[in-house]
Amino acid sequence: MSNRISIMVVSGTREKLQMAAMVASVGAVSGNDVRVFLSMNALPFFIKGAGKHAPAEGEVGTLLDARHAPRFEDLFRQAVELGDARIFPCSMAMDLLELKQEALLPYLGEAMGLTKFLSDADEGQVWSF
Amino acid sequence: MAERKLVDARGSFCPGPLMELIAAMKMVQVGDELEVLSTDKGSANDIPEWIHKVKHEHVETREDRGVWHIVVKKTK
Repeated sequence: MSNRISIMVVSGTREKLQMAAMVASVGAVSGNDVRVFLSMNALPFFIKGAGKHAPAEGEVGTLLDARHAPRFEDLFRQAVELGDARIFPCSMAMDLLELKQEALLPYLGEAMGLTKFLSDADEGQVWSF
Repeated sequence: MAERKLVDARGSFCPGPLMELIAAMKMVQVGDELEVLSTDKGSANDIPEWIHKVKHEHVETREDRGVWHIVVKKTK
């Protein structure tokens, strides 16, 4: 039986997006039921063609780029493709940003509300970044 | 006949080598072996942990001039 890992991502900084993507990808390919909720400043990085660069908070964030660490966008996609993770955009953030589902990267699932995410997160580990 | 496929993940940082291994794992047959080359020491520890967790077979890990060779056999 797989364990559930619920990950709430709200930050738009390089380090936090990277760590969230690492937890999602490694958790998913290790047989866990991973669910990611993207809200606040994290969501704009998942708009098709946005080409946004996440600013580093500190030294390590700068080194992630300089040393060519895996891109967080790729790790989230691999979490879905290789580990069957599910990534949900926050419906409130979508409303604020006036986004339609088709504006988001194709590996994202349908918009979800916080109540549903929290209800589903009742079981298992919960992480936030 | 079982084969051994090379996954060259040198220069990639955690969890890059693991993700490259898993992508390659989907392309080979049960019984085949994959040999990951990694310069990331963390991955040299983490990949055997993953192999154990998902119940494939860890054949060996060895280090040669700063490159870790992690060999795994696909069992399912």
